[in-house]
Amino acid sequence: MVEYKVMKVRVIILPKKGLLDPEGRAVKEMLLDGGFDVKDVKVGKVVELEVGEGTDIKALVERYLVNPLVEEYVIE
Amino acid sequence: MRFAVCVFPGSNCDYDTYYVIRDLLGQEVSFVDHNTKRLDAFDCVVLPGGFSFGDYLRAGVLASKTPLGNAIVEYAQKGGLVLGICNGFQILTELHLLPGALLKNENLTFLCKDVYLRVENNSLPFTRKFEKGEVIKLPIAHGEGRYYVPEEELRSMEERGQIVLRYCDEKGNINSKANPNGSISNIAGVCNKEGNVFGLMPHPERACEDLLGYRDGIILWHSLVA
Repeated sequence: MVEYKVMKVRVIILPKKGLLDPEGRAVKEMLLDGGFDVKDVKVGKVVELEVGEGTDIKALVERYLVNPLVEEYVIE
Repeated sequence: MRFAVCVFPGSNCDYDTYYVIRDLLGQEVSFVDHNTKRLDAFDCVVLPGGFSFGDYLRAGVLASKTPLGNAIVEYAQKGGLVLGICNGFQILTELHLLPGALLKNENLTFLCKDVYLRVENNSLPFTRKFEKGEVIKLPIAHGEGRYYVPEEELRSMEERGQIVLRYCDEKGNINSKANPNGSISNIAGVCNKEGNVFGLMPHPERACEDLLGYRDGIILWHSLVA
């Protein structure tokens, strides 16, 4: 049997800096109301992938998962 | 004219749009599903509202990656008329046929109400039956309608007349109070540089009959067949 290697990848997607993030703002207000000393909150999403070795992750993320106009991302 | 109404899994304004085109405009109309690869047979392609693919990942993105998404790009690049309403507008931005993006409403609530709009460009096939500066009333129904485009691009869009509709008050004043969702520069509808692709968040197909209390939506449809 051919051994097929799988990579686990986690992509963290956040609203771009400077862009209004109403979800982050709402969460921040809730935390401030709760008495926490919070300076900034951003709400984004996480996509976990299991992909074959050699997959072009950058292309996958930039072409399909992220809208570069409004989002930035980190690959883990 | 022969119209196509695009049906993605989760489209839900497709029948309203079909009804307006067939019964009120008296034109030929067909549904085309998300696996459709060619649109050559049509004179106008309409992307209706709804929640294509459940709005998963980002509103409109999954629909934009279907065979029909590719066919719409090819059709638009040949100069075909493409109209995107609400989710259809979101899909057109994800296809990069229209500039900008549609983000979550500033107040985070789903908005379902009537709005006033000022017609900023009446030279398009979609708007030629309106007066320039005319104030019209249409319903909106969306959670992700906050139009965003970088400032620099916004300026060149304005110069080229790509801003087609702006949210305004009853008298046509553009101000933040009349902006329901936080869209940049009160933008409710934009077109591409060539003027053959138009997207708007309000629903003209829901505003076509006196019985429903509207008269302005049908004018957009009449513009198309004029």
